[in-house]
Amino acid sequence: MIKISSFALIVILILMINISLFLGQYQISFNEYLMFLKKLIGLNSLIDNEKYETMKSIIFDIRLPRIISAVLIGASLAVAGASFQAMFVNPLVSPGILGVLSGASFGAALGMILGLNWFLINLSTFIFGILAVFFAITISFIYSSSRNMIILVLGGIISSSLFSALLSIIKYGADTNDVLPAITYWLMGSLSFSTSSIVWNLTIPMLGGILILIFFSKYLNALSLGDEEAKALGVNTKLIKLIIIIVATLISALSVILAGIIGWIGLIIPHITRLIFGADNKVILPMSALIGAIFLLLVDNVSKLIFSFEIPIGIVTAIIGIPIFIFVLKNAKKGF
Amino acid sequence: MKLIEAKNISFSYKNNQVLDDINFELNEGDILSLLGKNGSGKTTLLKILLGIFKSKGEIKILDKNIKEYSNKELAKIISYVPQTHQIPFDYTVFDVVLMGRLPHIGLFSNYSQNDKDIATKALEKVGILNLKEKIYSQISGGERQLAFIARALTQSAKIIFMDEPVTGLDYGNQLKLLNFLKELSKEEYTFIKTTHYPDHALYASNKVMMLKDGKILDNGLVDDKLTVENINKLYDVNVEIIKRENGYKFCIPII
Repeated sequence: MIKISSFALIVILILMINISLFLGQYQISFNEYLMFLKKLIGLNSLIDNEKYETMKSIIFDIRLPRIISAVLIGASLAVAGASFQAMFVNPLVSPGILGVLSGASFGAALGMILGLNWFLINLSTFIFGILAVFFAITISFIYSSSRNMIILVLGGIISSSLFSALLSIIKYGADTNDVLPAITYWLMGSLSFSTSSIVWNLTIPMLGGILILIFFSKYLNALSLGDEEAKALGVNTKLIKLIIIIVATLISALSVILAGIIGWIGLIIPHITRLIFGADNKVILPMSALIGAIFLLLVDNVSKLIFSFEIPIGIVTAIIGIPIFIFVLKNAKKGF
Repeated sequence: MKLIEAKNISFSYKNNQVLDDINFELNEGDILSLLGKNGSGKTTLLKILLGIFKSKGEIKILDKNIKEYSNKELAKIISYVPQTHQIPFDYTVFDVVLMGRLPHIGLFSNYSQNDKDIATKALEKVGILNLKEKIYSQISGGERQLAFIARALTQSAKIIFMDEPVTGLDYGNQLKLLNFLKELSKEEYTFIKTTHYPDHALYASNKVMMLKDGKILDNGLVDDKLTVENINKLYDVNVEIIKRENGYKFCIPII
């Protein structure tokens, strides 16, 4: 059942990637797309050179990076969310629980108001995302007790609040003509932010992070029974939890660099996956990655079809995600 | 064969002395019952021996200091059956039992067919193979207890710690479980279990350790040490221990 489903999901993802390639402002018909593919692999094709070059630049410089970006973000956030839900023994947790999203938001806004170039803005986004999580962990170390997971969550909430407040200060002081709209738009998330070079540079680290978490999924199962039981099952809980936090934070922060803040996926995709496949994280993590990727691509395509202009994807994920969630909930075969 | 040897174990939690100068030995095939009031340190002692809490004193497991073991190595020697609890995720019973193989697999490997067979056999042995695909959080408390025992067997550790194993089980299943432990102890399994029932210690263990306020009240063979006087000191109640002709003893309160 699981082998068939994962195969089916991979096929759907590949189909979706191909469909996404010829959706957009510049019309490419299915026929033209086939011709283009033929020429690309060196076969005889009726397509003329000028058209071929245009299509090549549209597909490789604009559409493919955007698609890869959607796939990476959807998969990263879903996997990070599923990992945190198991590790914190709490299904209501999302990737931002330790403050990475708030920290990254602040970092980006800071970069924008200082008028930095995009590379430095990205760097600031990343660094403050990591810093916020580091702050949360530090708070949890101050008070050590057997309830340390709750203190860690509390540390995350404190850290999130701090960086949200700092972000508000920047927004309050930002120029209402250009910087404030840029920050606001960025906070709503958009796949149009990332250039092809950023996408290609982040592909390997993000895929690597996703794979590491998938390898750790068997430990996540044990951790979701509680710390003490995980230890009794031979898990070095401190080390494993630290690695999970670091990797999940890294891929979440990188996803923010690609497309700003995209909510909802990290919380809800793991739930949809559990409703279909049951609770075993060895299944849930890879399936969440696939479903998250498919979902974000779907959302991007739907919003491209419905709206002729670029609409922040953070808005559409919730609007499209809710009916899908309700549908899955109604037809759920497995429990949470 | 001596499996566990503990010397001068002391443990305090935030200036609160939980255990004070605990000494004992555990030999192969023993069923050791830990008796004591609520809060007397029974569960804490189990968690120290599992390496979950760090204590003062010296603990040797298979003649090697517990500090020299990694969590993983220790988990191959000792398995733990905790008190049943709710899990917020809907694992199947099989998912939970299979987790017992975790100490046996490496970082990059997954559970093999052999691991799954071991888990299935454990379910069969405990008598809940029919619950294999059921959702763990939806079965009864007693069945969950049995699932945890199946997980402990799956872990292939020869020492099994149980924290109040009969809690939540119906009368019949309590006795079944105790008989099951007696059987397993003949197959080279060794047990430490905490219990609130002197009767169960009399029925299904050869050794007893009584903890009072974190200190050992008495410690030794059940026949010698589980006496009216000790039970009286331990719980402040009056009891009578009656011995049947077939040798079985049981304990009744005197009102």
